[in-house]
Amino acid sequence: MNLIGKNITYKPDNQFHLNDVSFDFKKGNLYTILGRTLSGKTTFLKTIAGLLNPDTGELFFEDKDFSKIPVWERNVAMVYQQFINYPHLDVYENIIFPLKQRKLGEEQIKMDVEDALKTVGLVGFENRKIQELSGGQQQRVALARSLAKKAKILLLDEPLVNLDYKLREQLREEFKRIFSEGLSQDTILIYSTTDPQEVMELNGEVIVLHEGKVLQKGDAKEIFENPKNLKVAEISNDPPMNILRGNKSSDKLNFENISINLPAYLKDLKSQNYYFGIRASEIKLDKEGEEFEIELAEISGSETLLHLKKGNSKVIALIEEVMNFKIHEKVKVKFNENKFYVFNNNEELVSSPYGAHNG
Amino acid sequence: MHKLYTFLKYTFITLWTVFIVAPFLWAISTSFKDFQSVNSKVTYIPWLDFEPTLEGWRVLVKSPARGGVDIVEPYFNSIFVTCTASLISIILGTLAAYALSRFTFKAGFVRNNDITFFFISQRIMPPIVLSIPFFIFLSTIGLLDSLLGLIVVYIVLLMPIAVWIMVDFFNRVPKELDETALIDGCNPYQAFYKVVLPNSIPGLIVAGMFCIIFGWIDFFFAFILTFTEVQLLPVKVVALNSSITPWWSLSASALISVAPLIIVAFVVERYLSKGNLSGALK
Repeated sequence: MNLIGKNITYKPDNQFHLNDVSFDFKKGNLYTILGRTLSGKTTFLKTIAGLLNPDTGELFFEDKDFSKIPVWERNVAMVYQQFINYPHLDVYENIIFPLKQRKLGEEQIKMDVEDALKTVGLVGFENRKIQELSGGQQQRVALARSLAKKAKILLLDEPLVNLDYKLREQLREEFKRIFSEGLSQDTILIYSTTDPQEVMELNGEVIVLHEGKVLQKGDAKEIFENPKNLKVAEISNDPPMNILRGNKSSDKLNFENISINLPAYLKDLKSQNYYFGIRASEIKLDKEGEEFEIELAEISGSETLLHLKKGNSKVIALIEEVMNFKIHEKVKVKFNENKFYVFNNNEELVSSPYGAHNG
Repeated sequence: MHKLYTFLKYTFITLWTVFIVAPFLWAISTSFKDFQSVNSKVTYIPWLDFEPTLEGWRVLVKSPARGGVDIVEPYFNSIFVTCTASLISIILGTLAAYALSRFTFKAGFVRNNDITFFFISQRIMPPIVLSIPFFIFLSTIGLLDSLLGLIVVYIVLLMPIAVWIMVDFFNRVPKELDETALIDGCNPYQAFYKVVLPNSIPGLIVAGMFCIIFGWIDFFFAFILTFTEVQLLPVKVVALNSSITPWWSLSASALISVAPLIIVAFVVERYLSKGNLSGALK
């Protein structure tokens, strides 16, 4: 009774949009697709919806061959990153549109729409025109339309990406509530995003997609603590994880111009060259630390991002308060030596501070 | 600086308004004159400058002895031919434009854009090139000098305009709107007429307006493809001209000819400012 994809490949004009993707989605679960722009997330969702036909591979739902069923009979719902509603209809008519298409009874429709409006917090907006709503409200209408439909598969394609920062935070909070209350137990929810933080907060099963390929599957914690390789580590962190080339000697980690005391969990590591990864949030201002030059300082929300440089080593540090820095100013920062991820020369994870060991 | 700008702006608008309105005022004034008042001295204002008469208008309805023609029948012929041809052009053109906008066609080196250009290329040719083929075509199928024949020819002339405008319009309606309709349970035909079409009304109005204008003002094909049975307004108006130029009835017929377009323009303007897609789709 699951949604199963087997070796799905889609490559129009000889470019891979999906490359041998397989999955097994169970009802009642939340799946997040994490990937950068153009990684194939939208293609993935459109393939499930039936808007695209993969070149090879199979798709099954409830033990039926899904690829034989046209879009309009699949009973899926999709919310786009653009706020797509029917501009010629008002809010209420928008939400009942799919229900009328399915020829449900008046009473049923009324109840479903009221529920959906309540869930997304748009009660009282029934007769508004779509054009009169703000972006966030438009996206709520689209979501309400998808919820009211009670589709068995609900697809959300970066639903928050076009909203401003404040609204995104707020709606993200609400999504968690909506997903736990507003969905029945036999819905499969698939949510795509570029934002690692959304993935962590939604806390579902994660699929990391890059250039149409599945790089890693696992729960959010697993992806965060044990990224399988360098690419996953980059994609699953915002700002991307700092990657430094260096080697391990008997008691130190040596990078260009910097060396750091060997942490205990890396004692058994073979002495050779590695890629070392460290999150921006694990680099802190510290008077005892190494001196770096500031290339750029960005303030976003309540945080400050410092782009730092020493020789050829460049790192990004995330400072959790708003501070003013001058460009080319010198600051001292300290790396948290207990939070290094180690990747071998094939860019695969060798050691993580949370204890994965692949050799 | 700002004051100067405002001054120049209003000066320009005033001059432009005079430029547009003056010929109409002149025509209105002239249409109430007779031979005497036109050919004596320069006069403008009725009752003050000259004695107004309805003679110029009257000769258009019934044919009296001197210099009149009956434009009532050609008038309704013109309305019928223009509206029918425009309607059919819009229906066919919209369907073609939707297909060109949403689906990919390949035939040898020909792609969607080439097909769209092929449509509009019909209008790039000077009409005289088409006149002989049209004449032979209509005479072969026996539709020369008939309303149906004119409608056929006008569809050929007007449909490219409809296709051109509607392709551009549909290209600006996001594909995701159709896709959402499909996901919400519409088959492709329902998606077109339940979702895409209702959101294309501004485009349809613009295309319709252009079709009506170009159909209404055509003189050339109406002139060469009809003789005695059927006549359209522009051809009949020219027939007013005889040994003397009857400025009064020419002015009156000019005003009558322009009237439908003015009405269309006012109605359309109302609609255009009301319906738009902005805000609905990001």
